Amino acid sequence: MKICVLIKQVPNEDAIIKISPDGSGIIKDNLTYCTNEPDTYALEEALLIKESADDCEVVVCTMGKETASQILKEALAKGADRAILIDNKNLDEDLDPLEISKIISKVLDKEKFDLVLSGLQSDDSGHAQTGLLIAELLNMTHASLVVGTEILSDGKMKVKKELESGWFQWAEMTLPSSLSIQSGLNKPRYASLKGIMGAKKKQIDKYDPNELEIQISDTKLETQKIYIPQKSKETKYIEGDNDAIVEELIKILKDDIKAIN
Amino acid sequence: MKILIYIQSSENKINPISLESLVAAQKLKKEKGAEIHAVTFSNKISEDLSQYDINEIILINDDYLDEYNPLHFLKVFSNLDNQYNPDFFIFGHTYETRDWVPRLSARLDIPFISDSIGMRVEDNIIFTRSLYQNKINSDLVCKSEKAIVSFQSGAFKIDSLESGNASINKVEINLAEVPNKIINEPKFKDSDGDIDLSSADFIISIGRGIGKEENIPIAKELSELIGAQLASSRPVVDSGWLNHSLQIGSSGQVVSPKLYFALGISGAIQHVVGMKGSSCILAINKDANAPIFELADYGIVGDIMEIIPKLNSAIKELNG
Repeated sequence: MKICVLIKQVPNEDAIIKISPDGSGIIKDNLTYCTNEPDTYALEEALLIKESADDCEVVVCTMGKETASQILKEALAKGADRAILIDNKNLDEDLDPLEISKIISKVLDKEKFDLVLSGLQSDDSGHAQTGLLIAELLNMTHASLVVGTEILSDGKMKVKKELESGWFQWAEMTLPSSLSIQSGLNKPRYASLKGIMGAKKKQIDKYDPNELEIQISDTKLETQKIYIPQKSKETKYIEGDNDAIVEELIKILKDDIKAIN
Repeated sequence: MKILIYIQSSENKINPISLESLVAAQKLKKEKGAEIHAVTFSNKISEDLSQYDINEIILINDDYLDEYNPLHFLKVFSNLDNQYNPDFFIFGHTYETRDWVPRLSARLDIPFISDSIGMRVEDNIIFTRSLYQNKINSDLVCKSEKAIVSFQSGAFKIDSLESGNASINKVEINLAEVPNKIINEPKFKDSDGDIDLSSADFIISIGRGIGKEENIPIAKELSELIGAQLASSRPVVDSGWLNHSLQIGSSGQVVSPKLYFALGISGAIQHVVGMKGSSCILAINKDANAPIFELADYGIVGDIMEIIPKLNSAIKELNG
């Protein structure tokens, strides 16, 4: 079995996102980056499948700047076998999800993966589309918000999907398949020291999208401006030292909410 | 301009998010002269829809469509695209939409503006999306002649729906040839989904900001002191600190208590959709920019682990 895990580098969860003065984008200087958290669950699921299968290769793939090779190295240290970096330095940064997926599909198509795993969405732009667009472009089956996987024989697998309002559903799928993985289905591992040392010898293949013989359309979803959302409510801030805050909280809980007597 | 809007329903009831999206379609009808063609797979729903200001109700009756299957839905909508050639496809941003509509985008080779939180008509039609987990909004213009858009729950208010008298048109699409490659089994609920948070008057909800599992008893104590139900956002459940049945949000429960006391919850949209209807929202977070403060009635920028133990002691003192 050959598995590809799509991962993305995004700003750290607690990064303070600042907007450029003209509102055209965010200020990227001084931002620190990490692997998109949902993708870490997709990688872990791939590694778990690999551990329970006889013959399985896990390849991690990202599209981004050269600096994104950092997240590939981390994935290799955790146990992925090799990596693919699709370098987007010569591309428009805001390509539509569909165009990004066409580029990734073109690279993935060279390898004939049985499974493509991705996190349910990215913590930056959050389109939640890439894995599913790729399913269509590469004529694969798909499932989303996957919370459990089970590989069957004869080129099939079963997945447990999380629906809405606490409902779940199992589905039987014909491979190849592209699955978007729900967070929390497993416990992503940390890289071991041995893994970190071993990762240095592992291969990272690099692709330049301009050399892929693929027609990439201009961005159609054109950002006009970005801004801090307006408040929908007037928030009353409770300030002061912690004793003053507690005093005010007691008043609210007692008088407004009547949660205490 | 022509719009094809899908009206999602289950057990003969329209999903409210579909009616909200219909408000968006009607806005384009009013301001851009758009024609609205509403698609349903249910007889009953087609009749319910006829009371609204819609140009045509497209009814597709087929056993293959009784249960959701992405490959069948894809076939239906790519056929309808051939027949109608709409400028916009409109969907409510539901589980089903996020599961299959990206594929429609690839199949028709048109962009998909997913999870929009608003739309306004100026010279262009401008869609608003939320980025960086609700920290930032983005206004975008679609330069494509055709596009797909999905609207998040709450993007439009149902009470502004215009009434009318729409006619129903039955359409047949042959789905027998769609390959049988995804076979869904019956839906079920996990047995631990028993706790019904929706009936709780008061909810103490903890998020990633609680820091570590060892800190949870402090929140639990507060919940016991004021007779509240303990709940959480997704990261706490993902970390295995609390059971999935206590999760609030799009993949958990939807609640509207008298008090929603959010401890260390940042306010990602997946969480907000599950609690925004609460009468009073009280939020403590150390990050002054956390999106939770956008909908909080009372906000405290501070450290839960310093404030809550003091609050617990103060309540105990009151109770004697």
